[in-house]
Parts: sequence; C-alpha cells; structure tokens
Amino acid sequence: MIVEIGHFALILAFAVACLQTGSVAWSMWSGDDEPRGIAAPAALAQCALLALSFWALIWCYVVSDFSVQNVFANSHADKPLIYKISGAWGNHEGSMLLWVLILAIFGAAVAAFGNNLPARLKSNVLAVQGSIGIAFLAFIIVTSNPFTRIWPAPFEGQGLNPILQDPALAIHPPLLYTGYVGFSMAFSFAIAALMEGHIGAAWARWVRPWTLAAWMFLTVGIAMGSWWAYYELGWGGWWFWDPVENASFMPWLAGTALLHSAVVMEKRDALKVWTILLAIVTFALSLMGTFLVRSGVLTSVHAFAVDPARGVFILAILGIFTGGGLALFAWRAPQLRQGALFAPVSREGSLVFNNLLLMTICAAVLIGTLYPLALESITGDKISVGPPYFNSVFVPLTLILLITLPFGPLLPWKRGNLREAARRLSVAGAFAVTAGIVALILKPGSSMLAALGIGVGVWLIMGALSETAFRVKAFAAPWPEVLRRLSGLPRSSIGGMIAHLGVGVAVLGITATSAWRVEHIQAMKPGDRIAFAGYEVLFEKVAAQQGPNYQETFGDFELSRGGKPIVELAPSKRQYTAPPTGTSEAAIHASWAGDFYLVMGDAAKDGSSVAVRMYFNPLVRLIWIGAVIMFIGGGVSLSDRRLRIGAPARRRAPAEPVAGQA
Amino acid sequence: MTRKQRRSVLILSGLAVLGLAAFLVLSALRESIVFFYSPSEVAAQSVQPGTRFRLGGMVSAGSLKKHGGTDVEFEIGDGSRAITVNYRGLLPDLFREGQGVIAEGKLDPGGRFIADNVLAKHDETYMPREVADSLKKQGTWRGGEAHAEPATQ
Repeated sequence: MIVEIGHFALILAFAVACLQTGSVAWSMWSGDDEPRGIAAPAALAQCALLALSFWALIWCYVVSDFSVQNVFANSHADKPLIYKISGAWGNHEGSMLLWVLILAIFGAAVAAFGNNLPARLKSNVLAVQGSIGIAFLAFIIVTSNPFTRIWPAPFEGQGLNPILQDPALAIHPPLLYTGYVGFSMAFSFAIAALMEGHIGAAWARWVRPWTLAAWMFLTVGIAMGSWWAYYELGWGGWWFWDPVENASFMPWLAGTALLHSAVVMEKRDALKVWTILLAIVTFALSLMGTFLVRSGVLTSVHAFAVDPARGVFILAILGIFTGGGLALFAWRAPQLRQGALFAPVSREGSLVFNNLLLMTICAAVLIGTLYPLALESITGDKISVGPPYFNSVFVPLTLILLITLPFGPLLPWKRGNLREAARRLSVAGAFAVTAGIVALILKPGSSMLAALGIGVGVWLIMGALSETAFRVKAFAAPWPEVLRRLSGLPRSSIGGMIAHLGVGVAVLGITATSAWRVEHIQAMKPGDRIAFAGYEVLFEKVAAQQGPNYQETFGDFELSRGGKPIVELAPSKRQYTAPPTGTSEAAIHASWAGDFYLVMGDAAKDGSSVAVRMYFNPLVRLIWIGAVIMFIGGGVSLSDRRLRIGAPARRRAPAEPVAGQA
Repeated sequence: MTRKQRRSVLILSGLAVLGLAAFLVLSALRESIVFFYSPSEVAAQSVQPGTRFRLGGMVSAGSLKKHGGTDVEFEIGDGSRAITVNYRGLLPDLFREGQGVIAEGKLDPGGRFIADNVLAKHDETYMPREVADSLKKQGTWRGGEAHAEPATQ
C-alpha cells in the first residue's frame, strides 16, 4: 500500500510540476497575472509530494519489501539499518528521486522565503524550476521508476555493492546533489531574468545566497567523495581524475567562477551578461555531470546504469535545457544594459581574471573528460586520458590562478594600484618564499614544483591573513580600534577570507602528499618487523571474525615509533555474502604529520606470508580540512545580513544600479 | 584608458590565457594519452616494446602465479590470444581468474607485459566497458546470461 502511495505521489508531483510551469506560461500568453499565483503553492505541493514519495521508498528499504524491484536489486535483509536507508539512494532510480526531491526543495524554498522577490520574477523562477522538475520526473516515471513491483516477490534481495556500504558514502550523494541541483536556482534566476529582459545588482543579491549554498555543499560533497575513495579503495590516493570525479569538479569550477562574477555584478553592476552566461553554463555542467554518471557512458564504480534508453533521455534533457538557455541568452543578452566601467587593474579586473582562469581550467578538464568518448565514437580507438594529462594542464593554470589570488581582495573597485597591493602582501610573500626554501632544506632532493606548491599554500594563507590585518589596521591602530573594525567587517568579506585561507590549507596538503608520499610493498610473516617512514611495524597475527553481513580476515599489526607502541592497526579483507564480493579495508593511523596507511593483500598459496602495502601520506588531512574551511567560509558569508534569505527587503526596481555600496 | 582600450586589454589577456591553455592541452594530449588494446590487437598492430598502453581482456583460468608474496604473474586473454603479465603489488579486490581486467604498462622485449597498474574497477554484474566491447567484437561475449534481470511486472 505504501509503495502505491509513493508511486502515486510521484505521478501527482509530475502533474503539479506541469501546473507550476503551465500556470506561468498561461499568464505570459494571456497577459493575465492571475494564473501565475498558482506557481508558489504548486512548488510547495510538489515538494511535499516528492518528500512523501521518497519517504515511501525509504520505508520499502527499511522493511525490506522485496516485492519492489529496486529494493530487491539493491538491498538485503541482513544489512545494517543505516545502509538499508542509504541504499535507497545508492542506486540509479533512488538517486534520481533524491535529485528531483532536492530540486523541489529548492523550488519550495523560493516559494516560501522569496517574499522579497518581485512577484513576476518569483513566479518566473518557479516556472523554470518546475520545467526542470517536469523533465526529470518524466525521466524517472518513464525509464527509472523506483516503485516497479516484481511478482512473485523474492525472499531475499541481491544486496548493495559492499564498497557503497560506508558512512561517508551514505551522505555523499545528498551533499553532492544539493550542490549540483542548487545550481539550478542560478539557472532558473538567469532564465527568468532573460525573460523579463532586465537585470541588475538586486538580481545578483538574490542569486548569490543560492549559488553560495550550492557551492558549499558541492565543496564538501566532493571532499567527502575524495575522502571515501582515499580510505575505501585501498590505493592510498585521494583523487584519480576519474571522469566521475571530473563530472562533479567541472560544475564546482564554473560555480566558483559564478560566485565571484556575481560579486562584481552585485557591487558594481558590471559583468551582467557574463554572469548570466555563467549561471547557464554552470547548471549545464551539472546536468552533464548527471548525464555522464547516470547514462553509463563511463564505466566506474558510480555507473549503475547500463541502459542506453536512459542515456538518450538525459542527453535530450541536457540538450533542451542547455540549448534552450543559450538560445534565449543569444536572443535577449544584447538587450541587457552595458555595465559600469573599470580599469584592468582593479577588483573587477582581478575577478575577471579569476573567471577567465577558472573557466579555462574547466574547459581543459572538460576536454580531457570527453576526448576519449569523442575519439572512440569517431575513430573507434579506445584511449584513456589519465592523471598525466590533467596534471600537466591543471597544475600550471591553477598555479597562475592561486599566485594572483591574494592580490584581488586588496585591489579597490574601479581602479587599483598593483604596487600598493604588492606592498601589503610583502609579509605574506616573505613567508611564502621562506616556506618554499625550508621545504627544500627539510626534504633535500624535492622538486622545485613541490617547493613552489608549499610556497603557494603559505602565500594564500598569509595573503588572506594580511588582507584582514590591513582591513582592521592590526599592528597599526590601538587594540580597541582593531576590534571595533573587526566586528564592523562585513561577514561576506570575512567569509571570503576564510575560504581563501581554506584553499591555501588544501594546497599545502595536496602538495605535501603528492611530492613526499612514500610507498612500500612486502610479504610479511607473523613476527616480522620492518621499519618504514620513521615507524616500526610488527606483524603479529592473522585472525578471522564475523561481521553483520560479511566474513572478515584481519591482520594484527603493531605500529610503534622510537620503540614506543602507538597503536594497533587491523587492516582486513572482507567477503560479503550478498552480493558475493570481496573488499579490502585499509587501516589508517592519522596524525598531523601525515597518515600511516596500511592495506593487506592476499595470503601466499601456502598461507605462510601475507602481502602488505603501506603508504605514508604527509599532511594529507589538510586536503579535507581545507575543504571544510572553505565550507565554513561559505557559511560565514551566507550569514551576511544583506544576503540572508527573507531579510527585510530594501525594495528597488531590479534594473536600478545600487549606488554607494562599498 | 578609453572603453575600447580597456576592452582590448581584456581580450588580449583572455587570448593569452587561452593560448597557454591550448598549448598545454595539445601537448599533454599528444604525450599522455594511453591506448587500449586487447591481446589480439597487440599482435595485429605489432605494438612496440616500451610503448605505454592498456591491455584488457579476461584473466585466463589457472594462470595466476605468485612469486614471493608481492610479485604476481597471470595471463590476459581474449579467446584467441593471451599475453603474460607481470605485476608487483597488491591485486585489486575484484581481480579474479576468468573475469575482466585492465592492466596498464609496457611490453618488454620478450613480449611480456610489465604492468604497473591493474584495474578491476567493475562490479559483479558487468566488466570494464572496453573489455566487454572487445570481447563482443571477437564473438566470445557471454555476458548477460548469468545476471539476467528478474522478470518485472
């Protein structure tokens, strides 16, 4: 019964989404503003129906209702409860339902909290949001219905892929989708503004919180995925330039660019056309990410779908929304008013440079991701474009971006002085150069790139701190004055400073672990002792134990340093029963200096020895800590009163430039 | 500066960045792409020793040998030909005899494939796309039978 309720709610949600878009379309066609009033209640209803539908699906998983095809294929009665629940979105159909649910939540949030939006703009936004909902709900109902029944119902399910049975991966999809789908808001606002034909600083202020929230969730979502890959896949790496990773990284790059160009638009009423274009492109890349992962054109752990009908359907959605958005852009953008003027060396100029580099990097990643697919469909040659390509393209461009980054916030709007900014960054520069030299001394034989990376990391951190120091006149004014200034800083600029600092922290982690990671493989017998990366490892024994839904063989290793035992490590090999799959669980000892990472391989045929692989990944934690700092920076910026959703509206005609904004 | 000059500064710096990026992309694509071959294609195209490529196929049954715990040797075959692969390291969890696999590395002068990376990134129900495609071409594809979908309503 609950299955039918979920199924029915799903279909009803589709009908309500049609109403949401149709009512506004009717208003536009007839010129009567009455029907468009339905859009907001419809958005709320659509969200409630999809929440009901999603709850029904989770319920099917919790009670292991194997008469539902989706539950049968992806769950098992013996699975721990949390993985029964997360199993609901650990598969194609369920994850698409989650996708539209998040889309509807964003739509409902605009309907509920967007009271400061002009009524026309608000209903237009909801209409565009509704049209995305229509497309994806149709996709789900036609090709990927999670509520399909099987008869007769099997007694037991096939189980969830064990590498997906993991806490980080249970929350990774919701975070990532909140990011992906959140960019639909920027898209909907852009399309709505193009339909209205005018746009200004107020528009940017409405769009920025949504973009910022989406960006924050995408940042932690990507970091969470990378952390999962790091400890679960057993290769000790944290980023593989896998197409699936790139699929989420490209919207992140474009979203970061959008976030920065929206600042220019909000503060200076410039870069309007470009910002609109970025909003369309960012969401198009999110859709493309969905297409790449969901259509099965790539093969990797994420690709659950192997049905080409689905791929064609999503490709059509991608084509309609991207093509339609760009066509509307081409038609309407020339009518948008020219923005304010600025000199090349200025805050605006630096943000344009940032955008240029971010989008260039994004294009390079796009080429590397799609080239193998294009080449194969044209010539039939199968190639792989792996880390060597991405490293040799991504690293130089990113270094230029990061080295120039600290100048931006120190340049004033309209016209800046590069020498003055450089003078303010002299302390940060000195720290950076020193850090690079120290890195070369501490780790003799390191590459210049490693020293440069460490220098850039320190440069970003110190640059962010120097910027704040100058704003609050630290070291120049008496303390009360400094504190007063600090509390007077807008939260959005503190947030930006924190986020840039987070980038610096992540760069330190990335550089250290890429340059100085060490690896060792050896066959060990019980009682063997080896020294590695300043630690001693004693292999004590192998033992077996029974988990909730797996058999486990684990090794007992003692890790010590300078004769003092630190911790017992127990890497294991698990054999799951449903589906019958083996996984390796790495044992990790984390410290600020780095992670000691231990994986156990197969036992030799005679059982006497076990192959063991160990890594030492210096400072690797900083990568994820950096991402969390970026997330916090975004949150601080989001709490800025001027951006708060539902903050008392200072009503202005949308096209009016905002004067007097510092 | 006039509006026109400003615009030309913007356009020139844009072109400079794009030019640099195009150069990096093209040179990286020339140097770092890796081709995928099945054992038969290796023979047919007479791939030279020292060329880096990906070799994909099925791990031949009974071919896996371990030397000293960390060195392994196995054969990758596609039904008509097989190539011996040497690898030092831990095999991935999904590595199994009779299943699809991709190894990345180079041929040595003796015709052995020295792999530095072995991928078995598929789950239980399907094999790496490249391997499935090349087996289909060879006519030895037998997938889809063991994992037939249960009947839906």
